[in-house]
Parts: sequence; C-alpha cells; structure tokens
Amino acid sequence: MWGEYMSSKSVMTLLGSATLALYSSMAFSLDETSKYFHPQPQSVIAQETYDQHILALWICLAIFIVVFGVMFYSILKHRKSTGYKAANFHHSTVVEIIWTAIPLLILIAMAFPATKTVVAMKDTSEPDITIKATGYQWMWGYDYLQGEGEGISFFSKLSTPVAQVKGTEAKGENYLLEVDNNVVVPVGKKIRVITTANDVLHAWWVPAFGVKQDAIPGFIRDTWFTANKPGVYRGQCVELCGKDHGYMPIVVEVMEADKYTQWVADKKKASAAVVNTAAVGN
Amino acid sequence: MTQGVTKINLEMLKKLLIFSVIMFGFGYALVPMYEKFCEVTGINNLLQPDVVDKNIKVDMTRTIAIELDANVRGLPWQFKPLQSNVKIHPGESLEVMYEISNVSDQEISGQAIPSYSPRFLEKYMKKFECFCFTKQVLKPGETRQMPVKFVIDPQIPVDVNTVTISYTFFALQPGK
Amino acid sequence: MAVVQDVHGHHDHHPSGIMRWVTTTNHKDIGTMYLWFSFAMFLVGGFLAMGIRAELFMPGIQILEPELFNSFTTLHGLIMVFGAIMPAFVGLANWQVPLMIGAPDMAFARMNNWSFWLLPVAGMLLVSSFFVPGGAAAGGWTFYPPLSAQGGMGVDMMIFAVHILGASSIMGAINIITTILNMRAPGMTLMKMPMFVWTWLITAYLLVLVMPVLAGTVTMLLTDRHFGTSFFNAAGGGDPVLFQHIFWFFGHPEVYIMILPAFGIVSEIIPTFSRKPLFGYSSMVYATASIAILSCIVWAHHMFTVGMPTVGQLFFMYATMLIAVPTGVKVFNWTATMWRGSMTFETPMLFAIGFIFLFVIGGFSGVICAIVPIDIQVQDTYYVIAHFHYVLVSGALFAIFGAVYYWLPKWCGRMYDVKLANMHFWLSMIFFNVAFFVQHFLGLAGMPRRIPDYSLQFADFNMISSIGAFGFGLTQLFFLYIVIKCIRGGEKAADRPWEGGNTLEWTLPSPAPYHTFETPPVIK
Repeated sequence: MWGEYMSSKSVMTLLGSATLALYSSMAFSLDETSKYFHPQPQSVIAQETYDQHILALWICLAIFIVVFGVMFYSILKHRKSTGYKAANFHHSTVVEIIWTAIPLLILIAMAFPATKTVVAMKDTSEPDITIKATGYQWMWGYDYLQGEGEGISFFSKLSTPVAQVKGTEAKGENYLLEVDNNVVVPVGKKIRVITTANDVLHAWWVPAFGVKQDAIPGFIRDTWFTANKPGVYRGQCVELCGKDHGYMPIVVEVMEADKYTQWVADKKKASAAVVNTAAVGN
Repeated sequence: MTQGVTKINLEMLKKLLIFSVIMFGFGYALVPMYEKFCEVTGINNLLQPDVVDKNIKVDMTRTIAIELDANVRGLPWQFKPLQSNVKIHPGESLEVMYEISNVSDQEISGQAIPSYSPRFLEKYMKKFECFCFTKQVLKPGETRQMPVKFVIDPQIPVDVNTVTISYTFFALQPGK
Repeated sequence: MAVVQDVHGHHDHHPSGIMRWVTTTNHKDIGTMYLWFSFAMFLVGGFLAMGIRAELFMPGIQILEPELFNSFTTLHGLIMVFGAIMPAFVGLANWQVPLMIGAPDMAFARMNNWSFWLLPVAGMLLVSSFFVPGGAAAGGWTFYPPLSAQGGMGVDMMIFAVHILGASSIMGAINIITTILNMRAPGMTLMKMPMFVWTWLITAYLLVLVMPVLAGTVTMLLTDRHFGTSFFNAAGGGDPVLFQHIFWFFGHPEVYIMILPAFGIVSEIIPTFSRKPLFGYSSMVYATASIAILSCIVWAHHMFTVGMPTVGQLFFMYATMLIAVPTGVKVFNWTATMWRGSMTFETPMLFAIGFIFLFVIGGFSGVICAIVPIDIQVQDTYYVIAHFHYVLVSGALFAIFGAVYYWLPKWCGRMYDVKLANMHFWLSMIFFNVAFFVQHFLGLAGMPRRIPDYSLQFADFNMISSIGAFGFGLTQLFFLYIVIKCIRGGEKAADRPWEGGNTLEWTLPSPAPYHTFETPPVIK
C-alpha cells in the first residue's frame, strides 16, 4: 500500500545515475597523471602494485555490472506495480555451486601475481646502500649504515612554517610535504631501508616507490626500493604517533650517481663533527 | 518449593565461589607455569648463551653479509658498532665489537635488546657471548667496548645473504 | 514507586514512570532502551564526526588542535562501534528474537536488565573522559601501544569503559544464545529459524569468543601502564606488535559481529518485499557460519605493514580473499531472491537494496585491500577509511535503519510517514556517497588517516567529503523526527503491515502486547 510511492522510473534513474557517477569518477581518476589516483609508480614494486590494482578494478567493475545488471533488471521488471506474479523457487544446488566456484577462480587469478610481488618485496638482500630511518615524536632520523655515504646521519623535520598551518600566511606549494633535510639516494641503486622508532610506532611511506614499513621501538624491520628516475618524492608518517602525526613528512630526493657522490662529499665535510644520532635520547 | 529453590541456589553459589577462588589461584599459578614453559621450549631465551654443537661445519660455499646497527632509547649514551658490516661463512664463529659511552655525569644502567632482520635469523644465530645477556652499568664518562661472539647456523635458508643485527639499549629504572 | 515486581506473578502490572525502565525485565522494554541508547550514542559519535570533518574542511588548523582532533577520531571510532552499532543490534535482537522464535521473553530476564544498564555507565565514562586532565584517549580506536601507554587518565577511563562494554556484550550474547537454543516454539527446528535469528546466533558465539580477548588485551595495557609489566614494551622483553595481534584477534571477528546481524536483517526484508521465499536458505546459513569461522583466522591482514614473514603475509592474504566467496554467495542469493519476485519498494526495501549496492562496493575495496602489495600502499590511508565506512555505515547502519522501518509498525502500532522515510533513505544514500566515495581517491593519492591537516592537493576532495558528511549528519536528525512523529501519532498500522511478511512477529497484534507468546505457537 505504501510501496508505490517510489515510481519505478525514479528508482532506476537514481540508482543508475549513481552507478554511472561512481564509475565515471573512477575513470577520470584512472588517468595516470591524475592527482586523485596513485602517484606515478617510480619503482618496480610500485609499478606491479599499480598494475594489480588496475586489474582488480576491472574485475570488480565486471562483477559489478553482471550482478547489478541482473538485480536492476529484476527491480525494473519483476515488480508488483507492473502486475508481475512472484515465482516460488527457493534453491538450486547447481547454480549455487557455480557461483561459489567462479569467484574462487577469480580470486586465484588475483592472488597469483600478488604472491610474486610479495616475495619480491621481501627480498632485501644485497643492497647497494642501507639507510636506517628512525621515527621520533615528531620527525625522522636517518643514518646511512652501509654503502656509499656510510656514516652520514641527520634529522629530517617538517620545514613548513607554523604561520602557514595557522592560516596567517599563504600555504606554499609543498605545504606539509617539505622537510629541512631530504633523504638523498642515487638513481637505479637498490636501497634497503631499515626502520625503527625511538618512542612510539611510526610508519615510513613513500607512495611513489610502493614502500611502507612500520617503525617499531626496540625492533628493526626492513624494506627496499630502487628508484627509476631522478626527482623528489614525498610521503608521510602513516601510523598514528601522537599530536604531530600529521607533521612528519618524508622527502626522498633521487639523484644521478655523480651528483650523489658530490652530495656525500659535501655532507661528510659539513658534518665532520656530527654526533651519532643513536646517542640522542629523548 | 521455595526452600528447594533456595537450596539449589546456595549450592550454585558455593560452586561459583569455589570456581572463582580456583581461577584466581590459577592466575598466580600462571607465572611459574609460563617460566617452566619458556625454559622447556627455549622461547624468549634472551639472557642465556646458546649451546652450540661442537661439530658445526663451516659452509665455505656461502657468504653472508652482516650489517650491524645500534640504537639508544632514553639514555644519555652513545652506542655504536666498531665495524658497520662484516662478511662471514655460515658455521664460522665471529666476534664483533660494540662501543658504549656514558656522556652524562651520572652512573646509569641499561639493558640491550636484540632485534634481527630477517626476523627468523633469531633461530639460526647462536650467541656464546653478548653484552645483552646482562645489564650494563656505566660510570659517568665511562666508555666500554663489548664483544658479541656468535655463529650462524649453516641450516639458514640458502636465499639469505644479507642480514642485520641490531641492538637497542633501554634505560633501566634505578635499583633494578 | 519502587515496588519490585515478581515477574512470574502479576503479568499485567508493572511499575510506571522511571522505575518501569530501571527495573524492567521485559525484553521489549529493554530492546527499546538499547535502541534509544544506541541512537543517543550515534548522535554523540556523529557530533565527533562533524568536528573531524569540519577541521578537515580546509587545509590548516582551524577548529580542533591536533591533540583534540586525535581524541575526536579515537572517541568517534569507539563510540560508534561499541556505543551505536553493537547496542543497536542487541536492541533489535532483544525485541525481535523472542518474537521471531515464539518465546515469551529472553532466557535470563534479570541479566538482560543488567547488561543494558552497564552501557550508560560505560558511555558516560567515554564521554566524560574529554573533561579530565590530559583529555580523552587520543591513540586511535585501536589504541596501539606504546602510544596508548603515553596518555593520561582519559586512557584509563577508556580501558574501564571497554571492560564494562565487553561484560555487557558477553552477557547479552549468552542471553541470546540461551534464548535461541532453548526457547524456540515447538516445531521450530534450527533450520526453520528466520535468518535474522540465525545470524544473531552465530554473532553471539563470536561475541563470547572474542570479547574476553579484548578484555585481556586492555587489561595487559592497563598493567603495562600502571603495574610495571612489559607485555608491549620492548625494554622489558615485550613486543608492541603483540598488542596488535591480540587486538585484531578480537578486532576482526568484531567487524563481522557488526555485519552478520545486518545480513540477517536484509535476508528478512528482501523476501518480504519480493513476496518470495529467501533463495538458498541453507547455503545462507552455511555462508554465515563460514564467514564467522574465517573471520577468526584473518586478523593479521590489518597488520601487513608491521613486517611479518612472507609466509604469514601470504597466509593472511589467501584467507582474507577466501571470505569473499561466502560473502559473494550471500549477495547472489539476495539477487536470486529478488529475481522473478513481485517486488514493492517500501522504505525497508529501499534500505536493503541500498545496503546491497553499497556493501558490495565496500566488499570490493575489501578484496582489493586483501591483496598484500595494494594493501601496503593503502594501509592507514583514507582508502581504508572509505572501505570500512562503506561496510559499517552503508552496511551495518543502513541495515539498522531498514530494520527500524521494517519493525516500527509492530513496535508502536503506527506507521511512519512514508514520504519522509523515503526521503530519509535518498538523502542518506546521496550524502553518504558524497562523503565517502571521494575518500577512496584521497587514500590512493596518498592522504594518511588520522591527520588533522593535509597538503593542498587533497583540498577539493576533502571539502566535498565534508559537505557530504554534514548532509549525512543532518539527515539523521531528520530520522529522529520521523521516528518521534511515528510514535506520537502515525497512522494505525495493521497487524501484518507488509503483505509478504511471514515470520511469527506478524501473527501478533500491532503494537505487540507487553507480553507475547505466553503460550508458544506451534510451527508446522
């Protein structure tokens, strides 16, 4: 008696346009250069992750269209207002087996490439350079442990002025994503990142490299990346670490090998007297 | 009838009370039970040297690169390995040195906690001697060099060729 | 008026005024109180959400200082999970389980009263923790140590509140299990029970399984904070990651605790308005049970970035992906139930279809999050926020709205204003998507969760999201108006207001009398 309030047309139009809106917004975001999607992948792992995500999206879209195609057809046609009489079937073992098996196969297809990537992500062996990233409340400390640049050690703090945060000054281009000392690495070299923390959990994330690793006080964890192209890549701490969790970005600057050598020389000269960061307690 | 119910309820109450007392006691019994359990299984064996089979064979065909790392949490100390990395053959015993110095003007004690990457290294790393087996007490301004003697079990999976050994010193409360 | 009634005696007399509610052992009264409590908490949690979205409306710090912002996100999560969604489902179970299985009341009527009255105490603790020195807990609703070891008294209040809520949930769950297993009408075998009852039975087992684990975790946290233990402290030989393992061993079944009863509700509504029996009843039961079992072995997919061994990551990835299978079966079964039915689209049906539509999107993002490399990219970003709001708001909450509209005529004997209720649905649907769909892209583009301020590239989508959230929040006040209007003076509802309703509650008069099924009905 109340059911006919919503006309079939309006239900269909609204739901249909909602679907379209959802997926068309996804479509414009699939453009690789869009700021609303993954940052452009800059390492093998990031590229594989990106490809798997696109594959997963297409699979989801296909399932979505099939399932909701059937459902909306049914909503449109099988309604009381059009005088449709209800059938009375309530199970079919064959159909149920089929729609249990098909998703299973699809999942296997999705899990296969993912497994390969997971194994690759874990392979931190034989790095060219090892860098330790230590999370502090609220900044990052970096120590170059091994490889070219061994012994370099510095802190990396947010360099955005407080006035920009408070809104008394116009916000700069890299608002909240800029630091005083960038982590510098050479292009094309395998960089192993060891993470640990001084006080609470933090997490080291650079989206363009597909690298995210929690930093745990008292323990070390590791991950790795090899940057494809010189440039500046930005990330943030992604594990809630207290008041200024939103204010401890990560900036990785990737340089050509010779420029990197130059940077190492400069850094060594400048910081001949720098104390090991390991000594800095809180 | 009411009396019957009261009786049943009292019985139940008695049983529940006994149960609560047993559970409370069990809570205390857990402490020695866990200790025994860890002793038998060798879990959390942080403070004792490992026993190593004397006939362990050195696997000369493989080389493992070991990176050494040091951290200090909440102590006015400096702590670093004297060599940043070493290469060894599995089965070979090795000694590496760490150095700590107390830069404050107070006597302070600390305890080092090891951490490994990859994490399963813990299973294959046999330590005969380590500064982490006991707490370290440093006088004001004191600097101390301390060894870690260990061997890596040749059973370690073949695809492992780079590992990191890390120690973190934590402050111990005075009196501990 | 403080006469304690002998519940076995004078059935038609009960205290009136406030004492009726304080001393009641009637499942309908308690159910009503659960639902109102849940709605009150929903408004509190919603207020916090509005605060969060207002701060995130623009880059920069405008309204909430970072520490207070963290308290807002923490308490928003805790209050919505433990204060709004869970009590709402328990309230629905209190009202409907006895009615649907033909039982006169819940099995443990006095315990039922106690398990409700614990809730306001816990709720007060959570809310008042904002006003103690040091402020409310600010370590996220997952309160990971060591951060949660740093907070002040607010954290202890939260721990105490979680203990009380846990005790209440365990009692509620035991009550529901006992009622369902022992008090079904003659002839109602387990496999003849309505789906809502089935899903609640399974949910109740999950609750009994995991709530003690949560209690254990928060107790360990408490002793770490105050009694010198080192469960989660590396300095004493403990491990912060241990907390995450234990927490998520509770936490993952917990999310199914919040969605399985929603599956049950939808499985009631869809057949009613399709005028056709539920397709694949037994496979629905098995799917629910397998989801519950699988939910206990997937917890570490919340922790793919803590640096687990490869084998661990792969195991939890496969197990998590496997959950998509029984969940898919449910969606297919609902579609097949609608197929060749004779459908009408009353408000409950709109919410049920909205549920399926949006829950599937949440399910898709769930599968995507299960894939380790992608999860490592989106872990702790707005993508995850979008994912779990799709399953908990448009999943659990939409199902609760559907349930309220579905059973309101039975509860108060009056029909709600259909026009307004449908408007409530459409506004919720639109604003919800405006608020949360864009968050997927924010996460993919790199915006971490739990930050009070963000870089400029995220500005426009955050503004859209905030506008959607404000709209969604206001719409829920509108829901309050609809319900009050219905109770005050809606049109008289028929005993069976829905043509296709075949479960036992529709055989009762509307509104349902204070005592029902004193003589059990007989099921053929």
